[in-house]
Amino acid sequence: MKILVLVKQVPDTATKIRLNPGDAAIQTDGIKWVINPYDEFAIEEGLRLKEKHGGEVVVVSMGPARVEEAIRQALAMGADRAVHIVKDAVGDSQVAARALARVCQDEGYDLIVTGKQAVDDDQAQVGPLVAVELRLPQVTVVLKLEVDPDARKIRAERELEGASEIVELPMPAVVTAQRGLNEPRYPTLPNIMKAKKKEVKSVPLESLGIDTEPWVVVEELTLPPERPAARILTGEPEEAARELARLLHEEAKVI
Amino acid sequence: MAEGILVVTNQEEGRVRRVAYEMLAVAQELAPGKVTALTFGPGAEQTREGLGRYGADQVVALNGPAYAAYSSDGFADAVAKATESLDVEALFFPANAWGKDLAPRVAGLLKAGLASDCTDMFRRDDGRLGAVRPVYAGKAFARVAIQSPRQVFSLRPNIQPIKETGRAGTAWDFDPGLDAASFKAVVTEVLTSQGGQLELTEADIIVSGGRGVKAPENFKVLEDLADALGAALGSSRPVADEGWVPHSYHIGQTGKVVSPTVYFAVGISGAIQHLAGISGSKYIVAINSDADAPIFKAANYGVVGDLFKVVPALAQEIRAIKKDA
Repeated sequence: MKILVLVKQVPDTATKIRLNPGDAAIQTDGIKWVINPYDEFAIEEGLRLKEKHGGEVVVVSMGPARVEEAIRQALAMGADRAVHIVKDAVGDSQVAARALARVCQDEGYDLIVTGKQAVDDDQAQVGPLVAVELRLPQVTVVLKLEVDPDARKIRAERELEGASEIVELPMPAVVTAQRGLNEPRYPTLPNIMKAKKKEVKSVPLESLGIDTEPWVVVEELTLPPERPAARILTGEPEEAARELARLLHEEAKVI
Repeated sequence: MAEGILVVTNQEEGRVRRVAYEMLAVAQELAPGKVTALTFGPGAEQTREGLGRYGADQVVALNGPAYAAYSSDGFADAVAKATESLDVEALFFPANAWGKDLAPRVAGLLKAGLASDCTDMFRRDDGRLGAVRPVYAGKAFARVAIQSPRQVFSLRPNIQPIKETGRAGTAWDFDPGLDAASFKAVVTEVLTSQGGQLELTEADIIVSGGRGVKAPENFKVLEDLADALGAALGSSRPVADEGWVPHSYHIGQTGKVVSPTVYFAVGISGAIQHLAGISGSKYIVAINSDADAPIFKAANYGVVGDLFKVVPALAQEIRAIKKDA
């Protein structure tokens, strides 16, 4: 079974966002870059499927030179090889999906796995868009995945609001991972060493022959408004509770 | 020039979520032309009266046998076909589990740009629609333009007011002419979760617990406060990772991003990832024994004290207020 895992490199979730007024992008100096947390679940699921059914796990990632670090990390987790679509310009989800889909097409696949969203732009689009590009069915926000490579069938549980649903679909397909799907492994030292020798194919975005003009353009980023300083209540718990209830009822009028 | 807006919404047994009416309110304000609502499945026809009352000029109810069970590819094809038959400049979807699965698929088919999870929408100077949407889980907000001929937006629930405007809600008979046998990914079963827990992303009030709660069984104290408030229960990431509560409770950058009227952070120190996930809350109330916890900097109201004493007392006070009301 050939499994492609689409991986994005994003700022670590502990990053404090810094902006200058009028900026359309965050300040990136000093940022720690990591694999998108939801893509880690996707990598882990790909590895588990390979361990169970045999085959190959290929990582596909897009971005500037720094992305190679995320790729090596995915290889150290156990992926077999990788394709790096080298891209420096700003794009959008559709550009990303077109580029990734083109590489997927060239590679061939039985299954394409990625995270349910990237924690930087939070668009949650690339999985479904790749599926449309490749005319594949999709199941998103997956909590449990059962793959039957012989019957070419997938049965997945996906998260809803306060519930979940079972989706059945044929292979090949695009699956997007939600937290809870698995517990991603940490790379071991021998695997980190091995990863250094694994193949990473570098593909310039321009060589893919796709439209690279973004349709969704960020014009300006702003920070959320600061909250006024908190009313802090101290003292006896009963009194503080009574005063808090009163403030919520009479001042904020929310209870 | 296309002037209408197509509002695509899910429904269950003839009932739509509030977000459907929120989308209609925004659509009415922004569309010079007709607002069309489109919904699917058994009971879809029963939603027509309500959709009209809250702003739909016409309603398409795809309630044929093909649409009895959700299929992302099948439903996306149907929406794309409906769009081709309508004079619309934009499509709105709810940014819930259903809409976030369907909207990108439709956007891909229509070759249109999609802005997900928008918290504000407006008419731009160039005459097109624009939106504001959170990025980095709400650590920042992006003002976005969509430059494709058609524009697609998904709207975050619980942000926009609803308006009863009593539009016609005329039935528009439309058959996309699709055969369910061609649908690939199909829902075969819906599993409802434990004990009718209120959904966090739609909750008006949330009571959330962190490490300060100390043990899984202590969540009972929070449950009692949530019960008094009619609130949903949530948690910080560490306690969900520890398995004290299900993963679905986890609020933060890699969990649920919430926007309630009031958010009670109980025994939560306030890691940056958690603060991102709650930044859309109108009021934040922090209860923590550590006066230096970062959560107090994000809060509107704070109580420094032992949560095991403060929370039960607060539940009692809330019940007393509600009894008098």
